Amino acid sequence: MTTMNARPSSVQATALPARAGLGLKPAHFGEILATLPDLGFFEVHAENYMVPGGPFHHALTRIREHYPLSLHGVGLSIGGTGPLDDAHLERLAALLRRYEPQSFSEHLAWASHGGVFLYDLLPLPYTGETLRRVCEHVDAVQEHLGRRMLLENPATYVEFAASSWAEGDFIAEVVRRTGCGLLLDVNNLHVSCVNHGRDALACLDALPLDAVGEIHLAGFAMQQDAAGAPLLIDSHGAPVAQAVWALYDAALERVGAQPTLIERDNDIPPFAVLLAEAKLAERRLSALRTALPPELAA
Amino acid sequence: MNTQADFAAALLDPAHPCPAGLVAWNGSDPASRFAVYRNNVVVSLVDALADTFPVTLATVGDAFFRAMAREFVFAHPPRSPLLSFHGRGFADFVAAFAPAACVPWLADLARLEMLRVEAYHAADAEPLPAAAIAALLADPGRLPGLRLRCHPSAAILRSSWAVHSLWEAHQDDRDPSAVDPCRPEAVLIVRSGFEVATVGLPHAGAAFIAALKRGEHLAAAAQAGQSVDGGFDLALAFATLLHRQMIVAIDSGPGGQDNELHT
Repeated sequence: MTTMNARPSSVQATALPARAGLGLKPAHFGEILATLPDLGFFEVHAENYMVPGGPFHHALTRIREHYPLSLHGVGLSIGGTGPLDDAHLERLAALLRRYEPQSFSEHLAWASHGGVFLYDLLPLPYTGETLRRVCEHVDAVQEHLGRRMLLENPATYVEFAASSWAEGDFIAEVVRRTGCGLLLDVNNLHVSCVNHGRDALACLDALPLDAVGEIHLAGFAMQQDAAGAPLLIDSHGAPVAQAVWALYDAALERVGAQPTLIERDNDIPPFAVLLAEAKLAERRLSALRTALPPELAA
Repeated sequence: MNTQADFAAALLDPAHPCPAGLVAWNGSDPASRFAVYRNNVVVSLVDALADTFPVTLATVGDAFFRAMAREFVFAHPPRSPLLSFHGRGFADFVAAFAPAACVPWLADLARLEMLRVEAYHAADAEPLPAAAIAALLADPGRLPGLRLRCHPSAAILRSSWAVHSLWEAHQDDRDPSAVDPCRPEAVLIVRSGFEVATVGLPHAGAAFIAALKRGEHLAAAAQAGQSVDGGFDLALAFATLLHRQMIVAIDSGPGGQDNELHT
């Protein structure tokens, strides 16, 4: 593990660097602050820091002094049929003021209904009606927070008979109408393509790739559906799979070096293991940063 | 039919059929795919409760705890996007959960564990330096009217059961069955620095700190301590306040807010 001094320029930058980052886990606070590992950025789930005080804020404040930060929301329910929760939006705004993260992202999903919070990222049909509502919500979020947000493509296990849009077209239209960016979750793309019998490269090309502002990589678990077909579960509980690294390579060919997060939320290994996995992404990113542009390399 | 209402209802009710309108690319039964969502929702909420209540879990075992937590999740689904605090209603649920009635101290154990989570995330406040406290206490004439403001994380639990001893036995890997559970105990939970301390207190001392937390002035708080059988030791109670760095402000005015002393 290498260590380095704080780099104030990247800490103050307005965008995440096109480097590898890791999700910040409380179990790793001490080790990170003691060793200041060479990483492009950290990402936190916004909701975990919506607490009054204590060790979480203490650690994040110190880590933020050394690293760029991505704030990733999981509870805003942008795909919900009900109105956005103004109190939750205000809590997000307060966190953004406090930590000045380089990026804010949320999901194309719903997480609450009728005042009940389900703590999962739930799927929505892709129709003209849901498109209009998602765009209204993204507009409202961007207006309230005074910044552009990134919207993450989902991992899903079911499709809706009512859907009239393909997922990639739906997301491209949201990006076109709202001006939001795309958080390209390559694991979600792989999981959804396997689960719904889609071609991953075709689905990748259908997404609005010129709007990508960050990439997520993660591991999945494997189950089977009622017909015995593979059903991949977006578990964030395993290393990034080979198929996902291959799809990441294909994505990088298309979008160039992008800030890339290794997500791990379950069965969290020692920090050094996550750092080694981040290096696998970093190696690809640094090769891209130093390579000649394709038109000159030919 | 509102698709999301139907979907949400089915997630939190195992008897509810798979929502209508779901399809799979290969024509397979969507119910087994929907089951992934139901499982994710319930398991993540039960896991979060298991994280918050490890001693409650150890007391009744994993299978019993998870079955009880599932019932809680279905009866009281979270009303807040902040998962850390979903356990707030759990102790009351445990108290009324008939299959747990043979462990009558279980609810108070859960209360203790929830107070630890609350203390961990409570607002920050700088303790008053010992010298500032000593200066105020040096004037005995003013003492009775002082109001000592406690750290926001401080909480008192007074139980009819030996919940502190039981909790501590689990921390030290001692046999909890060696603890006589039928002894009333009082516990102070407070964050000092970044650690949450769980401290057994005499009942009189607990009544004193509880009165301070209610905003009583020192004379009234001491009276609350003395009203508890078993004798109140003011010096010992003060030693606890100082050792745990619990005093964050002293209000000396009649309204409690005037002439505040801060660091």
